[in-house]
Amino acid sequence: MNNLTKPLLTVRNLKTYFKLDEGMVKAVDGVDFDVFPGQVVGIVGESGCGKSVTIKSALRIVEKPGEIVDGEILYHPQKNADANDGPVDLVTLKAHGKKMRDIRGNEIALIPQEPMAAFSPVHTIGNQLIEAVRLHQKVNKKQAFDIAVQALHEVGMPNPERRMGAYSWELSGGLRQRAMIAMALTCNPSLLIADEPTTAIDVTTQAQVLNLLRSLQERHNMSIIFITHDLGVIAQVADFVVVMYLGRVMETGTVDDIFHNPQHPYTKALLESIPTVHSPSKELLPTIEGSIPHPFNRPAGCPFYPRCADFMAGVCDKRTPSLQKINDKQSVSCFLHHDKAEEDEAA
Amino acid sequence: MTQKTAIGNDQVLLEIKHLKKYFPIKKGFIKKVVGYVRAVDDVSFSINEGETLGLVGESGCGKTTVSRSILRAIDPTSGQVLYRTAGGEVVDLANKPESEIRPLRREMQMIFQDPFASLNPRMNLLDLVGEPLLVIDKMKSRAARMERVAELLKLVGLRPEYMQRFPHAFSGGQRQRIVIARALALNPRFVVADEPVSALDVSVQAQVLNLMLELQRKLGLTYLFVAHDLSVVKHICDRVAVMYVGKLVETAPTDELYFQPRHPYTAALMAAVPVADPRIRSAMTPLEGDVPSPANPPSGCYFHPRCPFAIEKCAQETPTLEEISPNHFVSCHRAHELQLIGVGEPPENSS
Repeated sequence: MNNLTKPLLTVRNLKTYFKLDEGMVKAVDGVDFDVFPGQVVGIVGESGCGKSVTIKSALRIVEKPGEIVDGEILYHPQKNADANDGPVDLVTLKAHGKKMRDIRGNEIALIPQEPMAAFSPVHTIGNQLIEAVRLHQKVNKKQAFDIAVQALHEVGMPNPERRMGAYSWELSGGLRQRAMIAMALTCNPSLLIADEPTTAIDVTTQAQVLNLLRSLQERHNMSIIFITHDLGVIAQVADFVVVMYLGRVMETGTVDDIFHNPQHPYTKALLESIPTVHSPSKELLPTIEGSIPHPFNRPAGCPFYPRCADFMAGVCDKRTPSLQKINDKQSVSCFLHHDKAEEDEAA
Repeated sequence: MTQKTAIGNDQVLLEIKHLKKYFPIKKGFIKKVVGYVRAVDDVSFSINEGETLGLVGESGCGKTTVSRSILRAIDPTSGQVLYRTAGGEVVDLANKPESEIRPLRREMQMIFQDPFASLNPRMNLLDLVGEPLLVIDKMKSRAARMERVAELLKLVGLRPEYMQRFPHAFSGGQRQRIVIARALALNPRFVVADEPVSALDVSVQAQVLNLMLELQRKLGLTYLFVAHDLSVVKHICDRVAVMYVGKLVETAPTDELYFQPRHPYTAALMAAVPVADPRIRSAMTPLEGDVPSPANPPSGCYFHPRCPFAIEKCAQETPTLEEISPNHFVSCHRAHELQLIGVGEPPENSS
């Protein structure tokens, strides 16, 4: 059914703005990327780079006053009869309409950041899993129960039948995150979005969860969008990486290119500034000067230019570079890599 | 002191001996004590002057309780916290009344985790950084305080003109600099840093770590660095102590601990670190199971239910901390026979 050359999800020129009394926050300001079937795409960036708003836009769950003002999010439905009808532009669908509800949770599932906050403390895990199953599948309670137990079993929950009657607060962090993944899996999604799924948990539990996600991805051949600020995690799970900064994509490429052949000054500086277990102890690290600007004072031109070591006066602070291919797999939005001709075209 | 202690050595600034902190679990109307959470259970280690000791472990292992007990922010249940004062005298902080500790407070300061919670939003930098000067140094003159605050702000890389601004005007990294400036106001000798960079953005973490290293060189500070991020700890510490469910399982010089761990738990922690290199992927091997509750720990060695090398003895006898090679202490029955792998050889760097 899957055509490997066709992307499952295509995001083009996505702009999601928040209209506040103090001014306009351009949380996502022109983002492009593709997710192919069976691919793990890692979106990496620091706080305020718009990675969470990007995926919230794709799920159409951006809270007011946020609004998608431009762009398209094309999704190829895999499940329903109209699978061959071509892609649906999620931006044009009603956020609460039937079509969007059929996709959200069913075809595109989300693993939220904090499993503690995501589960209801007054309903059992089983209850919440069964609710998710029955929302999207025409099954009776008994069948839904079996599907839920099967999902818990699949994520490695010990005693899945007994755990159906447990409340979220009775589980440890790792088990709670497993239950959350089970809930996302109950409907066999084609695309799983994991929003910082391991940020709140310890390193040994994190390794368990990452290994679980890896093996589930292989077993179901689903696509995963993995959002994190941890470059170590990205290196371990992603096939393809999207580096974001202040609402824009700085660089995209295969995980190997991003880590071993980064082209954007931001990617380079970020990789150099993180301490690793292999870097020498007690030595000063190379740093990125300054800090991330407040969303109200976004710099004109390239968002990274005030902190950039390769800043070119009169160019970087005047115009915003577009994301351009530098080879068949890697794209960079930086004037250092723009051809003269392309630059004129962009201007 | 008649006992043999590490603090007999002039270089040792602080020695903790058999430190315990039990929190009672109370139940019912009359608040009957039904059990204890053994947050810190017989922990001993020492810190040399001018050194950085890292304290690592998973959440709930008691690392924060240890650091708070040292500063007497909480009172330990038993044990000794021996501290060598600037005058050269050795005092036991754990068993002194608060009135006698007060004069020593200026020598020991703390850097907190979340710079968004640890700065009062209604105070400007002059008041925030100058407060210890006013309260402890009794520096009444505003002009003198301004002068000292300006000096401190410059020391941590902030502009003195910012003195009249309030914390909301600063980013996370800058706020953490303010917290550090405040901790340094009284010229401390010993600083406890509890997860000082974990709330910061990746691109800003390096700045704060560099600042801490520079300040240590300039002022000869001694740090107790509490953190869960093993890469950060590797970067900044001379020695590292690993805790598991309230107990110390291993302490060693940083490189030795990372490359030749002797305790299976340390090895498991090292194996779980996601390496920022897509070319070495198979390395990440997880530890099965969950951390036991410190209210109801397993018998014998607390790690035995999850340990891949456990034998019968491990379930029955609690191992004690022994010095397996110079400066390398480990608490494991099988430490002598096991061949464990640490973080492994550094990847060949092509970039």
